[in-house]
Amino acid sequence: MSSRRSRSRQSGSSGISDDQISELVNKLQQLIPELRRRRSSDKGSASKVLQETCNYIRNLQREVDDLSERLSQLLDSTESDSAQAAIIRSLLM
Amino acid sequence: MNPHPSSCSNGRSIRTRFARRFLRALKKIGSKGSSSRPSPRDISWRCRRVKIAADASMASAVGPRRVWSRTMLNMLRSRSHACLHASRLGNSRRPGADRHAVGKRKRLVLKRKLPNRLGLNQVNQLRRLVPGGEAMDLDILLDETAHYIKCLATQVKVMRSIVDYCSA
Repeated sequence: MSSRRSRSRQSGSSGISDDQISELVNKLQQLIPELRRRRSSDKGSASKVLQETCNYIRNLQREVDDLSERLSQLLDSTESDSAQAAIIRSLLM
Repeated sequence: MNPHPSSCSNGRSIRTRFARRFLRALKKIGSKGSSSRPSPRDISWRCRRVKIAADASMASAVGPRRVWSRTMLNMLRSRSHACLHASRLGNSRRPGADRHAVGKRKRLVLKRKLPNRLGLNQVNQLRRLVPGGEAMDLDILLDETAHYIKCLATQVKVMRSIVDYCSA
């Protein structure tokens, strides 16, 4: 089990430093295509990063739903073992 | 100092682990029921099963080392038990399942001290979106969110390539 960051913080106070939060928010910013494009290092946009993160997560979840629907209609073609092997091979490329 | 191992190096193996599990689950779903002419009800059943399989395969590929995947695995486990229980008792009340269910339910969001520039609204939204988010401290929540997003993106990529392969 990896150690948790929270163990190192002081008990009772607001705890997590602003710098730590900034670092984590920046890390998130790198992951979201919308924000990576804009590349703003403006500190005041932390809540914007979070908003975009929420939107991005919702989009991804919606895509999973759509793809599930399409897959459920295409199910027969995934059944054979050779089809599965071919899919895995193409994914590893 | 980052106590978690870098997930970049594990990205590929998560992709493969997810793909294998997911394809195995798809095979099982496809073999149930008549494949010759599935009714609309069959298709909607399949759709639900596929979605559950996608989430379960991803959570199990990640394993219990992340809070979100642990939460999701517990949720799926208790949901399947609840379904069994309900079908046996004829859909009467399921006492145990509600306590475990997280995520979609409206829950008391704990007020925590936040740095002012972070919108409380956004953080709460995030807590509802990430499995298990409501009980996490802020720094853990942000860290888990990053990993969750990477895995969701992987899930979408793999599912899309399967769909592309099948519709080719």
